[in-house]
Amino acid sequence: MKCKEASAVLIIRVGDAFCRSCFKEYFVHKFRAMLGKNRVVFPGEKVLLAYSGGPSSNAMVQQVQEGLSRDAPKKLRFIPGILFIDEGAVCNQSWEDRERTMSEIENILKATSFPFHILSLEQLFTLPQTMLQMNLAEIPKRDGSYKQAVGSFLGQQKAQAEDGVSDAADRLTQIHIADNSSVECSQSAAFSRPAAEHTAALRDMFNSAKTLTAKQELLHLLRNHLILHVARTHGYSKVMSGESCTRLAVRLLSNISLGRGAFLPLDTGFSDNRYGDVVIVRPMRDYSLKEISFYNRLFNVPSVFIPALDTKASGNSSIQHLSESFITKLQADFPSTVSTVYRTSEKLHVSRTDTTQPKNQQDKCLLCMCTLDTHTGPASAFFATQKSQQLSEKKSLKNVPSAKDSEKQCCNGGQCCKESASCTNSVTGTQDIVHLLCYSCRVTIKDLNSMDKLPSYILKEAEHRTRRMEMRKEIEEFLLDDHSEDI
Amino acid sequence: MPINCSSCETQRAVLRRPKTGHSVCKECFFRAFEEEIHHTIVSAQLFQPGEKVGIGASGGKDSTVLAHVLKVLNERYNYGLELILVSVDEGISGYRDDSLETVKRNQQQYELPLKIVSYQELYGWTMDQIVKQVGLKNNCTFCGVFRRQALDRGAMMLGVNKICTGHNADDIAETVLMNFLRGDIARLRRCTAITTGSEGAIPRCKPLKYAYEKEIVLYAYFKKLDYFSTECIYSPNAYRGHARAFLKDLEALRPSAIMDIIHSGENLSVKEDVKMPVQGTCTRCGYISSQGLCKACVLLEGLNRGLPKLGIGKHHKLHHKLLAQEPLSEAETRKLKSIDF
Repeated sequence: MKCKEASAVLIIRVGDAFCRSCFKEYFVHKFRAMLGKNRVVFPGEKVLLAYSGGPSSNAMVQQVQEGLSRDAPKKLRFIPGILFIDEGAVCNQSWEDRERTMSEIENILKATSFPFHILSLEQLFTLPQTMLQMNLAEIPKRDGSYKQAVGSFLGQQKAQAEDGVSDAADRLTQIHIADNSSVECSQSAAFSRPAAEHTAALRDMFNSAKTLTAKQELLHLLRNHLILHVARTHGYSKVMSGESCTRLAVRLLSNISLGRGAFLPLDTGFSDNRYGDVVIVRPMRDYSLKEISFYNRLFNVPSVFIPALDTKASGNSSIQHLSESFITKLQADFPSTVSTVYRTSEKLHVSRTDTTQPKNQQDKCLLCMCTLDTHTGPASAFFATQKSQQLSEKKSLKNVPSAKDSEKQCCNGGQCCKESASCTNSVTGTQDIVHLLCYSCRVTIKDLNSMDKLPSYILKEAEHRTRRMEMRKEIEEFLLDDHSEDI
Repeated sequence: MPINCSSCETQRAVLRRPKTGHSVCKECFFRAFEEEIHHTIVSAQLFQPGEKVGIGASGGKDSTVLAHVLKVLNERYNYGLELILVSVDEGISGYRDDSLETVKRNQQQYELPLKIVSYQELYGWTMDQIVKQVGLKNNCTFCGVFRRQALDRGAMMLGVNKICTGHNADDIAETVLMNFLRGDIARLRRCTAITTGSEGAIPRCKPLKYAYEKEIVLYAYFKKLDYFSTECIYSPNAYRGHARAFLKDLEALRPSAIMDIIHSGENLSVKEDVKMPVQGTCTRCGYISSQGLCKACVLLEGLNRGLPKLGIGKHHKLHHKLLAQEPLSEAETRKLKSIDF
């Protein structure tokens, strides 16, 4: 115990007993330290808090409130907004149930006095095709260092104070972000029932996935698209996501098993800049789920239980769920499991790519938007798998040089190899999408019965990219250097 | 209803490939299995013509299949390799003596020369004697460290250029998981490499790196290969057991998971500023080591001094004393002597 005065109310680890107020101090400090150490959230920046209703995201919202409150010793200086996405349709919930959840969420969010957005996952079907393109031009140029930015922010604030604006909250909202987009404090939009055909389309899409693993992965990918879209359209340049270190340890293990090894630093690191213009940060990654639960309980932080895809599913129903029960079980026997896994991930970085450099867009995965990890040499698991496929299929396909070409030839020739149904029925065949995906998303897509259930913004963008690639192939010999024009 | 082979489309399929899910006939399976290993060998440039290659042979399924396939491919594709079987006798009665019989039979069937090196002759201890002193816990540490070195020593005696081991895809995926869970970043980086230890030691390679364990068993079954399948009589590694069970569950959910994990492992990249152990040589025996004294020498010293715990866990501070042949203090001795069961 720190203060050595008050009596302890909880023990976090062996030998770490805390009284109520010391625990609060410890918890609040961790949040500030995480943001202070990493220096990616700039003063005056608009930050979208991705809120799921669960314990971690509630604790996160609470920490932001705490940090922005008038009497906080070292105030946070960003402008928050909250986003909740209702995924009830995916779990086959009735509209009444979903409405009930949403109004519960709305009550919690209203109490924060932050602007918030409540959307349904069905909105995916209204996303524009450009959503999957990189808006590199729109990345606000941050001139100078974090220190300078803080300095100039404080200067601005002082000037305004002299102008007579005294209320701190008012000042915050009046300061514009670096790219001068007007601060649009969106009013809490009342949730409206999504179109029935969109709900049906969403259910169709998830029903076409043969495994729960693929369903969960698909939901994760699509949810990220929607978050990104909201952030972009409302001028948020950062998104805060509330994963605890327990959650991240599970994510790390399941992502390794899903073949996402190359992207572990992006998928689980503090900041994730794969989208370029909007950066995801994970300020809760130092807290264990246990700490969060204690905090929420001691300080009456609300949370809402919302059934998810794997609720009530058996322990080994999906790779993600299996990883979770595995980590939990191992943690019980070896209490350092979560922290060890988490520390291991700290030592990794994004491979072979400099994400600050503008990259040829085709090198990004259509779904997860990470730089493709399929440009491996012939001595790799990726090629070995393709070789096995080729060798187990018809002999006529044996002599084609590369796997990519074999996919093309086989589809153009009409004698399709695997999923003949999906090839002939859909406008965009499996193969057209597959070569635009990273290793892991290819595995996920393989578990879908049909591609054309995907939202049109994905299919259209796939067509668009394929066309551009064919075009490029045609004119390749006339292009002078390895210059990658934006597509 | 009989299903036709998805590859030749004429023969009846007799098995479903665990790796791809295709139903294939026996001949097509043999061909695919062998071609895949050939592809691995060629694409990773594992061998050069004229090389002398030692095959680590335990008598188990992996090394039996490895020896068989290498012999077949060597003749089919004229690798021009001289193949030799190298076996390690750990001195475990009721286990290794039986499996060595299998290796000897294999030697005759495949007409390959065989060299057996024993713990007894290299270290003066058999595993049976070690277990008597160490107990059932931690004895795998001794066996693993000693075997690694014994195989190298045997290979050196024979003057081979390379050693092949029978590690399969399941083993690699399991190791990736385990090193990740243990936070062993140095091993995590190395464990997916198909060839290791190019400097100093004899290079080792794993031609079965992309072969599923189940397919290896299928291959051995249909080829009617003679192998020995009994678990070691001493306690199995508990932590690896967790990783193994998890991998089996993953494979049941999604058969490609094994390859997916290897793909993950191959594409992990470690930050430049992470401290990595530096490879040096052991001052006592000259074997590669990241410390002044290699693990085998530390373990051996512990056995000979009657302090079996010396090599379990980290006791780097004591290394200088060991090197100078100095006696340990009483407190240190007490700590390392006790064995709790």
